[in-house]
Amino acid sequence: MQITSSPHIHSRNNIGKIMWNVVIALLPTTIAGIYFFGTPALIIIVTSVFSAILTEAVSQKLMKKELTIKDGSAVVTGLLLALVLPPTVPVWIPIIGAIFAIAIVKHAFGGLGHNIFNPALAARAFLVAAWPMTMSTFSFDGVTTATPLATLKHGIKASYFEMFIGNIPGAIGETSALALIIGGIYLIFNKIIDLHIPLGYIATVFILTLFADPLYHLLAGGLLLGAFFMATDYVTTPITKQGKLIFGIGCGILTVIIRVYSKLPEGVMYSILVMNALTPLIELVTKPKPFGYKK
Amino acid sequence: MYITKILNNYFYVLMLMGVKLEESKVVALKQIEKAPLPKKVIIPLVQHIGKACKPLVNVGDYVKVGQKIGDSEEAISAPVHASVSGIVKEISVKETPLGKQPCILIESDGKDLWYKFNIPKVNELSKEDIINLVREAGIVGMGGAAFPTHIKLKSEDIDTFILNGAECEPYLSCDYRLMVEHTDEIIKGMRLIMKCLNVKMGFIGIEKNKPKALQLFRNKLKNTNIRVVALKSIYPQGAEKMLIYAITKRKVPSGGLPLDVGVVVNNVGTVKAVYDALYCGKPLIERVITIVDNKPRNLLVRIGTLVKDIVKSNKEKLVLGGPMMGIAQATLDVPIIKGTSGIIFLDKIAMDGEPEDCIRCGKCVEVCPMNLLPSYIAKYAKYDKVNEANGYNALDCFECGCCAYVCPAHIPLVHWIRYIKKKIEKCK
Repeated sequence: MQITSSPHIHSRNNIGKIMWNVVIALLPTTIAGIYFFGTPALIIIVTSVFSAILTEAVSQKLMKKELTIKDGSAVVTGLLLALVLPPTVPVWIPIIGAIFAIAIVKHAFGGLGHNIFNPALAARAFLVAAWPMTMSTFSFDGVTTATPLATLKHGIKASYFEMFIGNIPGAIGETSALALIIGGIYLIFNKIIDLHIPLGYIATVFILTLFADPLYHLLAGGLLLGAFFMATDYVTTPITKQGKLIFGIGCGILTVIIRVYSKLPEGVMYSILVMNALTPLIELVTKPKPFGYKK
Repeated sequence: MYITKILNNYFYVLMLMGVKLEESKVVALKQIEKAPLPKKVIIPLVQHIGKACKPLVNVGDYVKVGQKIGDSEEAISAPVHASVSGIVKEISVKETPLGKQPCILIESDGKDLWYKFNIPKVNELSKEDIINLVREAGIVGMGGAAFPTHIKLKSEDIDTFILNGAECEPYLSCDYRLMVEHTDEIIKGMRLIMKCLNVKMGFIGIEKNKPKALQLFRNKLKNTNIRVVALKSIYPQGAEKMLIYAITKRKVPSGGLPLDVGVVVNNVGTVKAVYDALYCGKPLIERVITIVDNKPRNLLVRIGTLVKDIVKSNKEKLVLGGPMMGIAQATLDVPIIKGTSGIIFLDKIAMDGEPEDCIRCGKCVEVCPMNLLPSYIAKYAKYDKVNEANGYNALDCFECGCCAYVCPAHIPLVHWIRYIKKKIEKCK
């Protein structure tokens, strides 16, 4: 007779199911990116995903660990990295980025469950620091143009409708608000993420930009991609319920500060990375009181 | 921090705790069957929380059904009785669901001769009489915990009594069948308990997935001082602390008991046993259990019947109790005891593969009814960090299993938490 500890039934959740569901949620925005930016975008996406998978296999082999590429987490990181890159980058950018994201940001810090920073965003920060010109050149219809947030700094706005469907310059996965919202709803519906972080993040940005154009700020830049897919990454965000809300609000505050008061057009990446660093502190401060706690 | 206090209250008020399980109430619609008289019974001398009984009979003695065969002078204890008539063949240590314990083996003579007991005059019973009779009948909590009921009934300053008809574990439907087939007896038993505790207001908590039971009780208790409450069908709604909070909005303090908030809770089976003892003079010698094997049924069995004598299954996992909190057994050669609510055969380990590293998804935090961080407690348990685990309130865990049920990394969270809880208790 088999003896195990209770409980003796299981919900059949597993890491693979979660990761592949995230990939499905990213499909609308992937397809939108390929539609609006063409073959270069497809090449970047495929390169990034395959580099990520290969890097994970090599890293785990070198570290003499069991290969876990089947769980889909490398695919998610590769895909997310591709989606935050400009469509015009040369093909070696996603390769280097994926290697950095998986080998350094993820595995050198302990592997899945132990990394401090969001691998895709940290890799993007590295790429921006190392190749700033390449990483800030956005093109649209073959012409080098500025993103809606960059033009906002000069007082020129793109149309809401164009920003909603994605007919604007930007990174591959951040342009189509519609596709991202569909993906976000899919994630929430399947209970992959809960509302605390995306709602906290988006609501904070909305409230803080009421003096300027809040809807513009919601639709522009990487906010929706960041709020639904990056800031909700399990490993690098607080595990407590209140902690998640504080994380989302913190990201919102930092994003607006960077967008409005700094020379940079977009603040999502840095705000999430900073909040990733603050996660252990947030968890300490929001340690929950058990049911029936008395002083 | 003030802000976290507000956030804490906001999130808990929504009571987003627990897991929605597949109910699998396979035998809920079948009437309780009566098991044939067993050929032999093994009566453990400890079937309850508390001190073991000492045997009052010797090998070779002839005993009748209902005769007291073991008792203890300790405060927290309850006597045990013979559940068949026959000869005491052995008094030795045997395997029981609670581990190896001293037991009395009685070989049945097939005659089912009952010990003659006096049927008390129910209307003339005082609080002390009720408590004494409940003790003498050997009644313990039959929801599984098996705490001696007479001690609960001694509680002072109680203003609410709750009958626990939730039965939140999947598969189990023994309480439901009792509620449907013995409604009047349960109400009578409940009223006696309320009289004993001097309680004016009584509640019956029944999950929404048992509409027939809700209807039956509601019809009989219209305009009385007993309110029937329909509970959300979620696990672990039937856990004492969760039940009390759902019905009275009172929170049992950490490390405390329901009597600390003026409440006493009893399981349906326990209350029916109280009726049997006080209205019919019958001690606790049989109980209804849900059996899920090749022929699922709710069965009225004599305490001490061996599991192997009444089940037949080709599955490799035997669980006594419910699938979430029950204990897996190594052998079918164990007796059914007072706290056994179910015998369930399950498919071999319902998990895929080895446990992986925690991915901090937070699902365990979402479902924990006690508002703990199971992932962290388990992590500290793995590295034997007793102080840190205690700092995360490991002792508040009542091992409901919600966390391990949802964990996508298949980490045996309850196992680790149990381990560190024992270590913390040893250090105290």
